[in-house]
Amino acid sequence: MSDLYNVASNPHVRAKDSTSRIMLYVIISLLPATAFGIWNFGPRALLLICITIASCVASEYIFNKVTKRKQTISDLSAVVTGLLLALNFPVSLPWWMPIVGGAFAIIVVKCVFGGLGQNFMNPALGARCFMLISFAGQMSNWTYDGVTTATPLALMRQGQAPDVWAEFVGTIPGTIGETSVIALLIGAVFLILVGVIDIKIPGLYIISFVVFISIFGAANGTAINPQYIAGQVCGGGLILGAFFMATDYATSPITPKGKLIYGILLGFLTALFRTFGSMAEGVSYAIIFSNILVPLIERATIPKGFGVEKEKKSKGGEKA
Amino acid sequence: MGLKTFAGGVHPFEGKELSKDKPVQEYLPTGLMVYPLSQHIGAPAKPVVKIGDQVKKGQLIAEAGSFVSAPIHSSVSGTVKKIEPRRVAAGGMVNSIIIENDGKYDEVEYDAVDDVSKLTKDQILEKIRNAGVVGMGGAGFPTHVKLAPSNPDKIDTIIANCAECEPYLTSDYRVMLEMPEQLIEGMKIVLSLFNGAKGILAVENNKPDCIALLEKLTKDEPSISVQPLRTKYPQGAERSIIYACTGRKINSSMLPADAGCIVDNVETLCCIYRAVKEGKPVNTRVVTITGDAVTDPRNFRCPTGTNFAELVEAAGGFKTQPEKIIYGGPMMGFSNFTTDIPVGKTNSALLAFTKDEVKQYEPGPCIGCGRCVEVCPSRITPSRLADFSEQGRYDQFEKWGGVECVECGSCSYICPARRYLAQAIKAGKKTVLANRRKK
Repeated sequence: MSDLYNVASNPHVRAKDSTSRIMLYVIISLLPATAFGIWNFGPRALLLICITIASCVASEYIFNKVTKRKQTISDLSAVVTGLLLALNFPVSLPWWMPIVGGAFAIIVVKCVFGGLGQNFMNPALGARCFMLISFAGQMSNWTYDGVTTATPLALMRQGQAPDVWAEFVGTIPGTIGETSVIALLIGAVFLILVGVIDIKIPGLYIISFVVFISIFGAANGTAINPQYIAGQVCGGGLILGAFFMATDYATSPITPKGKLIYGILLGFLTALFRTFGSMAEGVSYAIIFSNILVPLIERATIPKGFGVEKEKKSKGGEKA
Repeated sequence: MGLKTFAGGVHPFEGKELSKDKPVQEYLPTGLMVYPLSQHIGAPAKPVVKIGDQVKKGQLIAEAGSFVSAPIHSSVSGTVKKIEPRRVAAGGMVNSIIIENDGKYDEVEYDAVDDVSKLTKDQILEKIRNAGVVGMGGAGFPTHVKLAPSNPDKIDTIIANCAECEPYLTSDYRVMLEMPEQLIEGMKIVLSLFNGAKGILAVENNKPDCIALLEKLTKDEPSISVQPLRTKYPQGAERSIIYACTGRKINSSMLPADAGCIVDNVETLCCIYRAVKEGKPVNTRVVTITGDAVTDPRNFRCPTGTNFAELVEAAGGFKTQPEKIIYGGPMMGFSNFTTDIPVGKTNSALLAFTKDEVKQYEPGPCIGCGRCVEVCPSRITPSRLADFSEQGRYDQFEKWGGVECVECGSCSYICPARRYLAQAIKAGKKTVLANRRKK
């Protein structure tokens, strides 16, 4: 009888949320934006999404097989990467490019660094930037209603006033998943409510972005008004990036103070790139650049532990 | 007073419904009584009886081994049979006095006091020490040591730890409902040791009946107040409860007394009352026998030394074969492979679960979600510390504040990758502290 009792170290109970459940929540939260993208850009968007996800999952499967590792595709993280990556593509992208992008995201950015949780940059964003460089033309070819056009951000750069309402709803050119602010926010609220993401990083990101875009814009001679700022916030990949990519667990700081610095840094860099960069968009590069700084941010913000800081201060006070 | 709490913490399934409405039932044991000589932190007690001796209930059978130690008393009358190592709840073998119960319960004369207020502080401490009072919540720190801090004038707050934040446990709850007078009188005795100190009865708000009852009973006591606390694990951890009640923070290198506080568990305060007022030693305690494998979960008051297997039988035995036996709560208790364990002063419960919840999970890689950081009451970074511990990088472990861990297990509980975080940190902490001692 006695050998049936399992002896182990405490604690002897566990919370319900598992890694795959968290990934499932992220997938669910991206569905409104995905559905809107398919409605906005047509069935070709669905095709690209399916190809990208299939490429990511297959890449992870094959990598694990070839390197004789435990199969990990059931944790759903490859699906999340594939979906996020696809949402970053223009709908006109040739069908085979997502296969390359998905393989790059999973194998180069994620698996060779040790797989889930070990990647130093967001796999989807890493692949997007790789493709922006490799396929510059196709990756920034914005076709909307059959006409090649410019994104609202590019138009704003030329001095045009943005149609904020269209940006909010999403009936604008752009990548498949980034256009509809309202669809993205529905997903973001869901993620916050189920406790998967915290408002801190995206909230600070957006606030800091608003502050710096105003400062830089003014310095650059742009007329700063609410319409311009709203157009900047709702345009491009800011909302998608802030809620779904900057919050990526593995590539954002784990320390509480680090999260604050990271959020502010993201806003600063995005505003910098958008105002002074060669392209109208800056979210992807801002996030990737900040991802690389995460180890440094963490090292500078190591928490000392409950009650420890206070003790040091009071000791210093006594000496003084 | 408003609800107070600490930062971090988790909300495990409470499971207290199983046994909370079962009044404490007296249980008289029939089998051999086992008295481990280490039922406290500090030096083991030294036996003062030998094999073949007749002892009475309440008689001293082992004296304190040093200042930080506690004496042990018999809880039955009978014959000393053996002195040999026996297994205890924490899993190890501890030298124990074994007494055959004659079932007569012949008691020694107790030195009861009519008016406690006539005793000097030293007399009170003496009585507490002689009664073998230790922290009954689980730590087992000798109470007479705790009550004699180096800076007694700075102690301004005595906290009765009535949180009972561990899931499933209901022994403190029942004691508060059934003998609140002992708790309050015990608190008054401790308050009398520290001039001008205030007493706080700190209760989690999942026990509104206790809060109401204690508030009613203390409304004419200007120096004692009831503080409702948010129900959250580990609300009853010393550092958490001190912060919730006073806003003062202590770390691993400090004692509660450094923050002007002394924290005592419900059962400990009741023991202080019985020791000082009635002159009775610590030789009984309330134990919860519960879990989904137990036929009729309930609370018993039993003599220390009673075999847990007897209590399980008294609770109707196991209705299904348990896969897991835990002494104490599910968060910080010890799992063990047997029910052949004596009830020690610090053993508040036996839990028997049909399924081992943890066994079904395979630990996966850290995804960096940071939930462990959010829930850590010590405000450190469990996922990193576990890595450092597993990799043997103890310098980094110390740099990231690993020794501040209170081993509450919240990080392991919350981890979606099911990593053994608390376990790894505990191991790392042990090594770091051992290395420090060597230096």
